[in-house]
Amino acid sequence: MNLLFYISSAIAIIATFMVITRYHPIHALLYLVASFLSVAMIFLSLGAPFIAALEVIIYAGAIMVLFIFVVMMLNLGDDTAKQEKQWLTAKVWLGPSVLVVILLGELIWLILKGNPSSVEISVVDARKVSAALYGKYVVAVEMIGFLLMAGIVGAAHIGKHHRKLTHRFLAEPQNGNGADAIQEIQKEPLETVN
Amino acid sequence: MTVMQHVWIVLGVLFVLLNIAAGLIWLERRMLALWQDRLGPNRAGPFGLFIVLADTLKLFFKEDWIPPFADKKIFVIAPAIVVASVLMTFVIIPFAPHIVVADLNVGILFFLAMSSLGVYSIVLGGWASNNKYSLLGALRGASQMISYEVFMGLSLMGVVMLTGSFNLGDIVAAQHKVWYVFTQPLGFVIFLIAGIAETHRLPFDIPEAESELVAGFHAEYSGMKFGMFFIGEYLGVTMISAMTVVLFFGGWSGPFLPPLLWFTIKTFAFIMLFILLRASLPRPRYDQLMEYGWKVLLPLVLINLMATGAIALWLRGSH
Repeated sequence: MNLLFYISSAIAIIATFMVITRYHPIHALLYLVASFLSVAMIFLSLGAPFIAALEVIIYAGAIMVLFIFVVMMLNLGDDTAKQEKQWLTAKVWLGPSVLVVILLGELIWLILKGNPSSVEISVVDARKVSAALYGKYVVAVEMIGFLLMAGIVGAAHIGKHHRKLTHRFLAEPQNGNGADAIQEIQKEPLETVN
Repeated sequence: MTVMQHVWIVLGVLFVLLNIAAGLIWLERRMLALWQDRLGPNRAGPFGLFIVLADTLKLFFKEDWIPPFADKKIFVIAPAIVVASVLMTFVIIPFAPHIVVADLNVGILFFLAMSSLGVYSIVLGGWASNNKYSLLGALRGASQMISYEVFMGLSLMGVVMLTGSFNLGDIVAAQHKVWYVFTQPLGFVIFLIAGIAETHRLPFDIPEAESELVAGFHAEYSGMKFGMFFIGEYLGVTMISAMTVVLFFGGWSGPFLPPLLWFTIKTFAFIMLFILLRASLPRPRYDQLMEYGWKVLLPLVLINLMATGAIALWLRGSH
């Protein structure tokens, strides 16, 4: 189990490093998928199969597909890769890296000092997760439900559009001046051309 | 079970599945011909069975061309993803008592996870081809498969509630008396529709749509890479049929005949249904497909979920 944990952790770290250093957005996102899969493997090796499955279904299977979907629609070519190359200079990444390395040093010191194997591993199955979610944390779950609902309402509001231009065959004559409406519709495309 | 037995099960399952996927080429063409009043391939070998060999040889000897404008690495990896993800799903299917590769306690979730990873094959294949028809196919495929995954997952939750487990072995055992198709009819219908959409078979083959998009996401593929998409599709059909049998039709259980034979008979009945659907139904428009999913299937599946939950609670309370 320990060996599995260390292998998948190493893959997670390498994949995440590749995400940051790739110039091409789709390649970076694919490494991010690999990183999520290795995190799922870490959960599995720590005895949480339910969370591992959800990690793959939700993060690797749904959210990352939507990311790739959006990047595909943007149609970023080689120019963006060049731009990315210009942005990723030592001046940019040196500061944050030094700070993170200090944190890493602290973590290593803590692991060496303490006894890491004392972390007890117990299998958390789907039933336990559900019991915790809908028992102890039911208010938080409902609040998150409201939050997601707000997102859906917002999306529906943005997506709603009133049809301004109907086809002339479908335009219903209103108040007896149907002919005028048809004329207007026929005029509109001409104006856009001018 | 000893290690050798495990190895034999894995090799046996792999051998049978790959042969079924290849054999389905012949079966589908013969059945389509039957339903369309034609003969179909009947020249090579008995009943034209050697058409499978001829097709495979043709695919192997065709030029395997990667377009110079394609993203080579992703172009090569995309067809492998679909075959790998579908084959991984077969790991959890109990073919007969004790004939299962891995008896996972999160079986259904594993199936959903693998089917959601299968989307990448279409999306990446279409994008890496760097062709506008492929890209359109990939966009359609991504939105279709993500949408229908939601209904697929929710339609299975009724079965999970009644069984009280994600394990497929437990689900088969729980159908000892009554198959879930009788207690979960709505769940079954929605799962089958979502399954057809997930494997993007006709009438839901909108990512390919050869009459509008050339061949959709695999327009640029040739040779064995195209063959991989092809095999992935047939494996997907077999997988959805097998999952339907396990989840709603009692798996390997049945009178008189041995369990493995029952499982095969039931699975092939659903494969036939897939082929019959292809022979008989026209393709809907893309927006019709999405509207049908989100406006009809989603409310239905939520009602099914709530009703099942209420009845399950009521039954448990009365005991």
